[in-house]
Amino acid sequence: MKLKAEVRPGFHVNSNAPNDEYLIPLKLTWPGGPVEAEQVSYPKPQFEHYAFSPNPVSVFSGNFQIATRFKAAAGAMPGPAGITGKLRFQACNEKECLPPRTIDVRVTLDVQ
Amino acid sequence: MRNFVPTAVAVAVVAGLIAVSGCDSTTVRAAVKSDKERKAAPDFALKDADGKTAHLADYKGKVVLLDFWATWCGPCKIEIPWFMEFEQKYKDQGFAVVGVSMDEDGWTVVKPYLQQLKINYRILLGNDKVGDQYGGVDSLPTTFLIDRQGRIAATHVGLSGGKDDFQNDIQRLLGTSHTSVRTPGSVLAFFTRPN
Repeated sequence: MKLKAEVRPGFHVNSNAPNDEYLIPLKLTWPGGPVEAEQVSYPKPQFEHYAFSPNPVSVFSGNFQIATRFKAAAGAMPGPAGITGKLRFQACNEKECLPPRTIDVRVTLDVQ
Repeated sequence: MRNFVPTAVAVAVVAGLIAVSGCDSTTVRAAVKSDKERKAAPDFALKDADGKTAHLADYKGKVVLLDFWATWCGPCKIEIPWFMEFEQKYKDQGFAVVGVSMDEDGWTVVKPYLQQLKINYRILLGNDKVGDQYGGVDSLPTTFLIDRQGRIAATHVGLSGGKDDFQNDIQRLLGTSHTSVRTPGSVLAFFTRPN
């Protein structure tokens, strides 16, 4: 399953592995249940220079996708199975930062 | 092995902002307001790094630069050295910088940051309530210049203007001049929406 994300031009979100201990990473998490997330794969980040950092900052901007591989939990019944994940992110541009946000991401999978 | 057929693709997540009111700029720098236009700065009771409670009322009679910031805010990091210089330069003239950290993780992250940057002014731990009292601090940094009578004389949203702009405003408030030019501001909103 691929989650498509779109960041408004001029803004960026920190990547899942920011290279600064104080930056809030982008993170997609899924709870347990009839379906379980086996692996979450993030795209390759961009490294951008900003005035506030002597080192390039690891970010995502523009359009990107986060992929999740799911597996059925033992004993899961065939049929539709909904799962609601959480996407946490924090966006900035060169002059300001918006508060960190966590939003729900709901997916329905068909267990066969 | 069970297979999955995604019956619904996850929706696109949009992170960004819209500007409300016609200003194209995403940052706001309002010049020092005239006496008539200044409104009382809301008082607060917030803890500092030593656990002591600070009230804005404690600073009556002083010009205060009240800076809402966070450790995760890169642009905030640019302003902090300016504010440290102002604190040192003007403290004997009745001036104080007060930083309000909006870090949800609290002193655990803020205290090491203060030590790293050797911040020489008082830092308080903020919360949503004080942000709301100050009009909703939607983005960081947001900085208020408060006059000796405890009124908001100027507001900077984002890394607006520069060090000299701040310094000129501080000097004006420390002095006797109260001239100003009104500048329309833009309000930022942050939203997510599914596609």
